[in-house]
Amino acid sequence: MIDTVVSVEMLVEEVLRIKKNRLAPDECTGTEKRLCLASGSHGDELSGQYICYQVIRRIKEEFHNLTGIVDVYPAMNPLGLDAQTRDFPLLDVDMNTVFPGDDDGAILEHAASRIIKDMAGADICLDIHSSNSLIREIPQVRLNDDVIESVMPYAKIMNTELVWIHPSTSVRPGSLAYALNTIGVKTMVIEAGVALRIDYDYCEQIVDGIFSLMKQMGIWAGEVKPVRQPMIATDGDVWFVNAESSGLFVPNIKHSMKVKKGEKIGTIVDVITGSVEERIYAPCDGLVFTFREYPVIEEGALIARIFGGDLHE
Amino acid sequence: MNKEIIFNMSTAFRGEYAILGYRFGHGEKAACIIGAMRGNEFQQLYMCSQLIAKLEQLEAKGAIVANKEILIVPSLNYNSMNVGKKFWVADNMDINRSFPGNPEGPATSRIAAAILERVKGYSYGIQFASFYMGGEFIPHIRLTEEGAHNVSMASLFGMPYILAASERAFDATTLAYNWQKQGTSAFSVYTGATERIDEERARQGVAAILRFLTRMGIIRYNCHGGYISSVVEEDDLLSIRADMPGFFRKKVSTNTEVARGQLLAEIVDSFRGDVISRMVAPTDGIIFYQQVQPMVFQNSVAFKMIKRIHE
Repeated sequence: MIDTVVSVEMLVEEVLRIKKNRLAPDECTGTEKRLCLASGSHGDELSGQYICYQVIRRIKEEFHNLTGIVDVYPAMNPLGLDAQTRDFPLLDVDMNTVFPGDDDGAILEHAASRIIKDMAGADICLDIHSSNSLIREIPQVRLNDDVIESVMPYAKIMNTELVWIHPSTSVRPGSLAYALNTIGVKTMVIEAGVALRIDYDYCEQIVDGIFSLMKQMGIWAGEVKPVRQPMIATDGDVWFVNAESSGLFVPNIKHSMKVKKGEKIGTIVDVITGSVEERIYAPCDGLVFTFREYPVIEEGALIARIFGGDLHE
Repeated sequence: MNKEIIFNMSTAFRGEYAILGYRFGHGEKAACIIGAMRGNEFQQLYMCSQLIAKLEQLEAKGAIVANKEILIVPSLNYNSMNVGKKFWVADNMDINRSFPGNPEGPATSRIAAAILERVKGYSYGIQFASFYMGGEFIPHIRLTEEGAHNVSMASLFGMPYILAASERAFDATTLAYNWQKQGTSAFSVYTGATERIDEERARQGVAAILRFLTRMGIIRYNCHGGYISSVVEEDDLLSIRADMPGFFRKKVSTNTEVARGQLLAEIVDSFRGDVISRMVAPTDGIIFYQQVQPMVFQNSVAFKMIKRIHE
């Protein structure tokens, strides 16, 4: 059943509608567990759209196996998705900084407030992201360190390569995840791929993880695929590699590769002088789980994140 | 006046980018003023330019008090202004959501860290701020929750109002919050405009800074006493929302006293041209904020009123 969670008349004729698709057994007892899948708060992130489509399609195929409620919110920032802008158009505000919102606030705060009210009472929420247009991410779950105990058992079965316990932008105050965890909805942030593109393999991997989660929650009676055991990273295990010069980045490795300490990751070159400005080397042995996608670099730009902890080898 | 480079970095195609500071006087770090942090903050940059011009004159006359230093940083993000963007050109990050920053992080984070380090230790920190909602405010001083105890000091600016702000989710990433945290008495000065120059209010804002610096014994300057500020709690402002979308035909301006039932604005249908809604004042008071876009969304905040107050 498709419901409209937020409805606001726009300047001229159109109506901004944020919708959800509720998938529930034909006969509910009122005691069913509820999972929320949220996506599209950043209008340039598209993987979540495909993941939502695949989850809905698979549930519909085996509807008799659904024993709980799955609420799917594929496009929380429909104007941004339409306009191909990360932020909420008109205001230039990142939607994932205004939760829990304010029902009496401006349009975006009002929408955020309605979304939170609609999700309140759910057992678990997944907020699905796909990085930004500058860097590519391996499939990972990100958690706030204050919810490890309650959320980690679910994070481990999401079929991602990595679970990163980290106070990142996606789990800070103002984010959907932070706001929902505050009101008792166990919430994880999923990151995978790169913005403005869809990595279909990553998406299928996460969809398998979502069905594994549904099984664990007791809302899916169908078969699920075995999931991989994730590496667990805390901030101490993660090495950030930032550029110290500006220019064009020429990579020597690929995303998701394992590297040795001292191995050359790439160079930054100056296109007018033809010179190499900087050679960048791996600071540790490990897995490159974040890697630069957009080649124009300025000082400080993130080139890579390397997980230097236990690789389960 | 001494010009100094506070932060510099290379860029891929546009050469060196440097954040400049202008220092007046020597000695004790008395006051620091930060201007535009976003590429659309033209009023904020303009006010800094006027303040620098005035302090240069005062310094030439020997009117900076001995052993007092004033630092002005007119813009942290003029490269965005040069290309018509609001946020950082390379990654669209907002510097005023990047504090306290990280000297080894991305550019906006490095800038935040460098600025916070350079402005540390000043007794008074003043930011010419803008609000993320487009619109006009009555000029006022905004105090964060962290700095709420500075009300009496804020009154020395002589601005019409002091707004005691309620906490927002992103506060911890702003300059004002972090400045206050590291021991500086931080004030945000709002003069109403952002993307256009409001000459009169810019003058009022610059005068308020000079008045404050005079009263804190940092400069010698004979100026008007300004207002005895009224203190307003942000939570007490009454939001008045448009119940319909359409053209916004305003009937009052900010800083206007209105009576209960008075017409504030009409909403005009975007195609047919007829008046489809009339917004009226729900109580007596003064218009503190109004939206200035030609059209409004349904449910958007068109006015904020200070309730039951008279001019």
